[in-house]
Amino acid sequence: MSRPRGLAEAIDVLRADPAAVPLGGGTDLLVALRAGERSVRHVVALRRVEELAGVTTGPDAVDLGAGLTWAGMEAQVGATLPALAAAARAVGSPQARNAGTLGGNLGSAAITGSTLPVLLALDAGVEVAGPAGTRTVPAGDLVRGPGDVALHAGEIVTRVRIPRARGPQQFLKVGQRGSVITAVAQVALVLDLGARRVRCGVGAATPVAFRPRAAERAAEAAIDWDAVTADPDLPRRFGALVAADRPPLDDLRASAAYRRHAVAVLAERALARALAA
Amino acid sequence: MPDIDVRINGIRYQDHVEPRLLLVHYLRDRLGLTGTNVGCDTSNCGACTVLVDGTGAKSCTMLAVQADGTEITTIQGLAGGEGAGAPEDWHPLQKAFNAEHGLQCGYCTPGMIMSSVDLLQRNPDPTEDEIRHGLEGNLCRCTGYQNIVKAVQAAAGELRAAGAPGAVVGGQS
Repeated sequence: MSRPRGLAEAIDVLRADPAAVPLGGGTDLLVALRAGERSVRHVVALRRVEELAGVTTGPDAVDLGAGLTWAGMEAQVGATLPALAAAARAVGSPQARNAGTLGGNLGSAAITGSTLPVLLALDAGVEVAGPAGTRTVPAGDLVRGPGDVALHAGEIVTRVRIPRARGPQQFLKVGQRGSVITAVAQVALVLDLGARRVRCGVGAATPVAFRPRAAERAAEAAIDWDAVTADPDLPRRFGALVAADRPPLDDLRASAAYRRHAVAVLAERALARALAA
Repeated sequence: MPDIDVRINGIRYQDHVEPRLLLVHYLRDRLGLTGTNVGCDTSNCGACTVLVDGTGAKSCTMLAVQADGTEITTIQGLAGGEGAGAPEDWHPLQKAFNAEHGLQCGYCTPGMIMSSVDLLQRNPDPTEDEIRHGLEGNLCRCTGYQNIVKAVQAAAGELRAAGAPGAVVGGQS
């Protein structure tokens, strides 16, 4: 167990021991350890690393520390990043929201992680730091597969930079019950009125969250951006295109057919609500 | 073994702990604070909920070393007085769970009350929906939750009347 107080110390510890595992709020790792699903020899607890704290809201971007908890996101980004605040509100339980962190959710790269689909829709950049210095990875390049992040040895997620976009944002998810459950489908949607872009992130439906590019292009072309209106049938067509983008998972939590239907409904509802906002 | 320095129910403890030791086992086995229960061991049930720096945490999903430098309140730190647990010294939530019969077997009650403390600190006047949402991390297999919600409503009224929603955590310090 290491408890570094600064980023340089944390990176040194992680570099020195390739088997060391970083610990955020512990809502994934500790449950897996208790269940005997994982065995870890060396935990590096990151709570005290000062460089991972804080939220900076600038005119063009919001900069979030990787140590920010779900409760912190709920409280601090509701006005600037409503889709992220909505995703945070829908996570687990109050106790989990007090513990779980942005960096931990990205780093664990669970199929059902709530941050990645939102960060895709928000066009976020993920700052990672390691022995070779600091670099920024587009959110879409961070996760290669379930539990598999594109980080080099000794690297951790330090901050997330999100360009501010004017316009409505939505986050919707469906699970087997209302709370304390992993999602079977999540949809984040951003109508970027300045850039006249539609960005959508779909999570928990496929091994890695994705952006349905063809559906986004179709919606952009169909929206009257001056009035922010569209043909009333557009949300339904958008939902169908999002669901058709790629084959969904078929697993214990939900069948592929159910997920396909859920993604279509969530995407339709998200676009309809965004256009009505 | 790592050192920890932590305040629990108003008392400071400086200790050496195994890195793998869970907070709930530190509380129960090392300090004898057995009022905090272990329910599911999988972070689902919330029976082990305590307050860490004033907010609810599942102590079975947290290592004791992670609590270093924090202030912890368990169910046993809620009542006022000298710790004898006389009913007149109980916290309004403890009184309300008793009066409204917000329990049957009682196993979930310590966690349920600690989550309610966290909820009422954030929201002194919650609606029924907000209470149910605020307690979504705590499972009760007996009551059907109806009397738990009533107890939280009663305690919220009591605390508002006392005019001290911010002073919910009494402690014995």
